[in-house]
Amino acid sequence: MKKTQVQTIVNGRPVEFLCEPRQSLLEVLRDNLSLTGTKEGCNDGNCGACTVEMDGRIVPSCLVLGVEAEGAQIVTIEGIALGSGLHEVQKAFLEGAALQCGVCTPGFIVATKALLEQNPNPTEHEIRFWLANNLCRCTGYDKIVRSVQAAACRLQEEAPA
Amino acid sequence: MSTTLDPVQTQAAANGAAGNGVHPAPAYEPNMVLATRAYDVVGTRPVRHDGADKVTGRALYGADKQMAGLLQGFVLRSPHAHAKIVSIDTSKAEALDGVFAVVTADDLPPAKDKIVDVGEGDTRLAYVHGNVLAKGKTLYKGHAVAAVAATNVHVAEQAAKLIDVKYATLGSSMTAPEAMSSGAALLHDDLKTMEYGQPTDKASNVAQHFQWKIGDSDEGFAKADVVVERTFDTATVHQGYIEPHNATALWNNDGRVHIWTSTQGAFVVRDVTATILEIPVSQIKVTPMEIGGGFGGKIPVYLEPVAALLSKKTGRPVKLVMTRADVLEGTGPTPGSHVSVKIGAVNGGKITAMQGNLAYEAGAYPGSFVAPGGMCIFAAYACENVTVDCYDVVVNKPSSAAYRAPGATQAAFAAEQVIDEIAGKLGIDPIDFRLQNAAKEGSRRVDGPKFRRIGCVEVLEAMQRHPHYGAPLAGPNCGRGVAVGFWFNVGLESSCTLSVNSDGTVNLIEGSTDIGGTRTSIAMQAAEVLGIPAEDINPQVVDTDSVGYTSVTGGSRTTFATGWAAHDAAQKIVDEMKVRAAKLLEADAAGVTHEKGVYSAAGKSVSFREIAAQASRTGGPISASATVKPRGVGGSYAGNIVDVAVDPETGKVDILRFTAVQDVGKAVHPSYVEGQMQGGSAQGIGWALNEEYFMGADGGMQNNTLLDYRMPTALDLPMIDTCIVEVANPGHPYGVRGVGEANIVPPPAAIANAIQNAVGRRLQRLPMNPPAVWQAVANGN
Repeated sequence: MKKTQVQTIVNGRPVEFLCEPRQSLLEVLRDNLSLTGTKEGCNDGNCGACTVEMDGRIVPSCLVLGVEAEGAQIVTIEGIALGSGLHEVQKAFLEGAALQCGVCTPGFIVATKALLEQNPNPTEHEIRFWLANNLCRCTGYDKIVRSVQAAACRLQEEAPA
Repeated sequence: MSTTLDPVQTQAAANGAAGNGVHPAPAYEPNMVLATRAYDVVGTRPVRHDGADKVTGRALYGADKQMAGLLQGFVLRSPHAHAKIVSIDTSKAEALDGVFAVVTADDLPPAKDKIVDVGEGDTRLAYVHGNVLAKGKTLYKGHAVAAVAATNVHVAEQAAKLIDVKYATLGSSMTAPEAMSSGAALLHDDLKTMEYGQPTDKASNVAQHFQWKIGDSDEGFAKADVVVERTFDTATVHQGYIEPHNATALWNNDGRVHIWTSTQGAFVVRDVTATILEIPVSQIKVTPMEIGGGFGGKIPVYLEPVAALLSKKTGRPVKLVMTRADVLEGTGPTPGSHVSVKIGAVNGGKITAMQGNLAYEAGAYPGSFVAPGGMCIFAAYACENVTVDCYDVVVNKPSSAAYRAPGATQAAFAAEQVIDEIAGKLGIDPIDFRLQNAAKEGSRRVDGPKFRRIGCVEVLEAMQRHPHYGAPLAGPNCGRGVAVGFWFNVGLESSCTLSVNSDGTVNLIEGSTDIGGTRTSIAMQAAEVLGIPAEDINPQVVDTDSVGYTSVTGGSRTTFATGWAAHDAAQKIVDEMKVRAAKLLEADAAGVTHEKGVYSAAGKSVSFREIAAQASRTGGPISASATVKPRGVGGSYAGNIVDVAVDPETGKVDILRFTAVQDVGKAVHPSYVEGQMQGGSAQGIGWALNEEYFMGADGGMQNNTLLDYRMPTALDLPMIDTCIVEVANPGHPYGVRGVGEANIVPPPAAIANAIQNAVGRRLQRLPMNPPAVWQAVANGN
């Protein structure tokens, strides 16, 4: 199948790739760009494991075509950590034991970062509503919700007054 | 608010200690150190060692495997629930551009008539074989028939559709009662019922019927003032791990096979694949990648032999990854069940007789875990007259696999509702009633063994004492239910190697794939012995060439058994460290004492770190290995208190409050122990309220996506309070029992009891979804 050239920005850096029109953004990220941190759980938009940020919105990358990334700004789990350190959301997930197997974790972290940027002080219900797109089968969500609350507290403390 | 109730934890530990005083370590397990003291590392909450990899996307799961020349594959699956394969023509698929190879069952060596160990039990090789690639017949919709390797997955899928399979469809049997009825379509011509362990010549879908019996239940029922008998059904559900099954294989030019896969048991994959492909185990190396959930469902071998065959045919590495539909239609669901329970008790509350009749759907091949269901069904009760009958029934559904305390949840859904009903009839508080009849050390389980020290009473007492139990209910149509459940836990085999680094840290090598933080809980047990921080241990899960045999991550055994191997290896390191310390202190080795990483003799001392730094000068590298096959397995009891609100207009049930209580023996890493309890509870809630295989008239699953196979989301659940009870297991150095499984056993029963309490209706079928609850409320049954 003939490939299309796509120019995009991934995790702040310009990226160029060739992909078949039938390839999803998820597939391109994983197979063409070796960004395997974004996971496939269902390939039909129902589990949230492949959540990435695209032009400021979170999307399931399995429901976006690779060619649709043309000119877009994409942020994946690989782009969340700051330099060699960790983002407050990542730290909170570790300290709060918010992951067990960890395969849903990249999606949860990308989604949580977007939530807290939009709503720095969410209620428990708002957290649960926002994260209802992301399935976790290991934790029962309790420690995830608490870790999101902990991250929100820390980010608010850090925010310039 | 998550409440690890300190008083309960402390109290339970104290009870354990007192109990241990009264009951000294039994003769069959010498050298047991009883968990009666405070620890420095065990019981703390360090950040997991693999944490950074898992929050940055760096951790490599099975599907992330990439290598030069990698081909991708696709598995063609049966569209029919039961059909004879008349012919398979692969020529069109093979001719497609980009296709490298196609395999069918004909490419497998014929299955020998032998029994193989498949991780948590034995089965006939022909069944494992037949499930990997169907031979002659397909037994469920989704049964693998052929597989293609191509340049990419799209070409492979396209090619699979070009494989021309001619089927002759057969009648199907979809549920246990249907498959057991006379005239039912038979799945296996050669399957004869084993009756009480003896072969018969009866061709049937009932693979096994057996009975356990203690006392005389007829006599017991005759004495009873109240007898309740009810029948319950549960739907087929899936383990629901988020990561689909996968396997990458390279059949190398020297004949060695390397497999990268997400599995609960790398050695099981190695051994089963070797048996199927008829090559020696030493010719296969299995590298366990990170695993995205398993819950029992990633013990069976599905893709690995197929990927290996494709690699052999193509001379290239081949990766197979299941679609979500493949996972739901082709891998282990947990059995649907049909269970009758009859219990009798006298006024005042003593249970006089219990009787259970369990028929479980094994799926396409025998092995439904009905036996553990039968062993667990009444395991929370001490009763002199018990009879349990079990039927293992094949049906035209995917071959069932273990799912967290396999078989026990279905059994508890039945038994704990009848218990609840009797307590109500006798006017006794449901926890009091259970306490009055609770199993204790010395009680006999129906299948024979007498319990050693167990925590059934302590779990019930913790439930009774929990603030949730006495809290007021939220309003009308709200109800509260309780239930308890039991799981044995297992020991099996584990290996561990420790090597001391010159900077005073320790590399830990083990073979248990880490599904939920066990690298850390294992490392902590070594750190405790060595007297160093958990962070100074570097735990690694390695391939089957690089560590001694290690059984599956399953049966709640990993922290228990592999942690024990780490403990034993660390003891050997301490012994060697004493010898080295003696040299540095110029003392006699026999006189060196060790306390929290400091080695002392004759008024002088030297630290673990100093000895490590001087290892080269005092005799060379310091390293030790240990293997275990523990016998001191300690069963675990779990209990729930749950509040529900039932909407009588829609039948929707909301969980308002949920408290999970469990005796874990000793919580090595309490955060991950709570996590297991919360996760098992959430799965139990999904099983109770939503999850179900909707089977169409054609015998196919109608809801094979995660939209329609609806597992609980964050919005469906409340916080799940946990209460850790620690009745030390006298069979483990730290008192560990294991925590992974018992927590899924009580939720469906506790929720059913809460619904009954809320609206006065007893639901006898899972799931208790809105239509079922609405109907029960509307019809009055």
